[in-house]
Amino acid sequence: MAASQGRLAENILYFARALRAAGIPVGPGAVLDALEALSVAHVGARDDFYWTLHAVFVKRHEHTALFDQAFKIFFRKRGYIEKMIASMLPESAPGSAKAPPPGAQRIQEALFSGLDQREQRKSNVEIDARLTVSDREVLQKKDFAQMSAAEIAAAKEAIARLALPLDEVRTRRLVANRHGHLIDIRRTLRASMKAGGAVIDLKYLGPRVKEPPLVALLDISGSMSEYTRLFLHFLHAITNARKRVTTLLFGTRLTNVSRAIRQRDPDEALAACSANVADWSGGTRIASSLHVFNKQWARRVLTQGAVVLLITDGLERDADDTLAFEMDRLHRSCRRLIWLNPLLRFSGFEARAKGVQTMLPYVDELRPVHNLESMAELVRALSGAPAKGYDPKLMLRRVA
Amino acid sequence: MADKTLPKSIDSTLDLLAKADYIADRSLATVLYLALRMGRPLFVEGEAGVGKTEIAKVLATTLGRRLIRLQCYEGLDVSAAVYEWNYGAQMIAIRLAEAEGEGDRERIEHDVFSERFLIKRPLLQALEPDTSGPPVLLIDEIDRTDEAFEAFLLEVLADFQVTVPELGTVKAPHPPIVVVTSNRTREVHDALKRRCLYHWVGYPNAERELRILRAKVPEISKKLSEQVVAFVQTLRREDLFKSPGVAETLDWASALAELDVVALDPATVSDTLGVLLKYQDDITRLDATKVKVLLDEVKSELRAAE
Repeated sequence: MAASQGRLAENILYFARALRAAGIPVGPGAVLDALEALSVAHVGARDDFYWTLHAVFVKRHEHTALFDQAFKIFFRKRGYIEKMIASMLPESAPGSAKAPPPGAQRIQEALFSGLDQREQRKSNVEIDARLTVSDREVLQKKDFAQMSAAEIAAAKEAIARLALPLDEVRTRRLVANRHGHLIDIRRTLRASMKAGGAVIDLKYLGPRVKEPPLVALLDISGSMSEYTRLFLHFLHAITNARKRVTTLLFGTRLTNVSRAIRQRDPDEALAACSANVADWSGGTRIASSLHVFNKQWARRVLTQGAVVLLITDGLERDADDTLAFEMDRLHRSCRRLIWLNPLLRFSGFEARAKGVQTMLPYVDELRPVHNLESMAELVRALSGAPAKGYDPKLMLRRVA
Repeated sequence: MADKTLPKSIDSTLDLLAKADYIADRSLATVLYLALRMGRPLFVEGEAGVGKTEIAKVLATTLGRRLIRLQCYEGLDVSAAVYEWNYGAQMIAIRLAEAEGEGDRERIEHDVFSERFLIKRPLLQALEPDTSGPPVLLIDEIDRTDEAFEAFLLEVLADFQVTVPELGTVKAPHPPIVVVTSNRTREVHDALKRRCLYHWVGYPNAERELRILRAKVPEISKKLSEQVVAFVQTLRREDLFKSPGVAETLDWASALAELDVVALDPATVSDTLGVLLKYQDDITRLDATKVKVLLDEVKSELRAAE
């Protein structure tokens, strides 16, 4: 019996390894759980075998599809599962150890493309990014689109050094606070016990403050291509500095890259982002991307007083009622909607483009973000109250 | 008493749930059976109104256990979830001790922080032994609370114990049956999910939804039930902000029963749409003509199936 147990364990182990490669985080503990589950479940049919493993290995709804694929490929040999169930004495899965099953192409791609990129980066010539003080001043004001490679490298460093926003919202949770307004009876009583109950020294509670979640929606269409990379660096810096930052990229479709961007090394994080995105530097469909965001993500990421950064030039080809409708919905589901538009760099910018006109009434703030100076200003704005000069209504009035 | 013990197989788990009119699919029965057998918490996620909370309620009634519910909300803290001291009674006890001339500080402290003055909240209650067996602990809508509370739950769910600094550690002699639900308004941390068995509760297919409806609202005719289910299933295929859940289907069927409706017609559907759809945008999207189109579709579909 011990030998058959070993075979089963081995198969489950290989299966777990395949799942891990496909992107489902499966720890060694889960393998032990799976074996325990199989032994208590008295599996009688293929379906039960499937759902038993599913119960243990899948911890997220999105992973169900991956699991399903992996299961089909791994246990593809006809009658294999039935044999496994019947005897609990299975052979080792066909070639599972050495040659991964053909369907695991995605795994291979994921593994090898990552390696290639890292190699390539190493072979790149290092750019000397040290600049003098006056150079730095020029850099502050220079448009990202006009920067040379060296300047961009310097800008990246500057972004990494930016003091990041510290905005806070009050939560309903209470913590000990000397200047609070509620009496903490528990601590008061404990403190007075120390003195034998003779002295009552009041202790207070106040509301806890916490950074609200930040959600960035970044346009990666062709017209924004000069800016996207640096914005991604900016978002990477923010993501690493505070909790609860969600980053979604959109061109013609919407991609959530929050997990990819959370990696420590900015270059690796950016490489992981681009690996996830299919529509880099293509067209824009703002309305449909916002629709998908409102429907699938808004209810999950816009809780607890979230601030939304919408980074786009607003050049939407088919600006119609749906764009207004989706903008309105987005505006109503977050605490503060800030539109960052690199086109505002032109002093003569007017809200003439139809897309811009449609979107303007629904944002709380419209800010330029085309150089380091404006980026630093944004950080200050995020830390404090909304600034007056960036009221989108001013922009609309100017046109009228 | 035989039916009060834990089910012995996946099939008997299905039967157990069906006894309380909960029509589950086999995947849910499998994960539930495993959770019961392995003594692991069950983590269920899904859209609102698909019967997540109901699982715990049904388990409690069919197994004859006590149901302890912890409704999560933003700002939930230890004094509302685990325990609180009865300060008023403690104050009186201190005064009385003073009046009696009890001067021993240690003694007073020991007396005041004893179990007599402890108010037990849901999590602590769930760890106590119960004559009818370990209770069912329902931690409802965990996504509404914050990460700090999740981290606290880790200790409770892993070892089924809670530490009260003044008293010591309270450990459950028999672990409770734990069901954690989430509406997914926020992603719950992996560390918590890792300790649980996970299941996504989706919308049921037409056949199962019909069985649920027949079991829960038997007062409407079979024909109307079929129409109701077919209409709701068509609605779910539409691009709506919030698709109607099973709870809405049942509410709608009850509403139709109250109105003595025998068969669906466009006017009735339009008038009662507020029971099914809870967003103004969705209701305006489904104007009279659209309702008529959908209804005709449903009716021809049903006729074809006959």
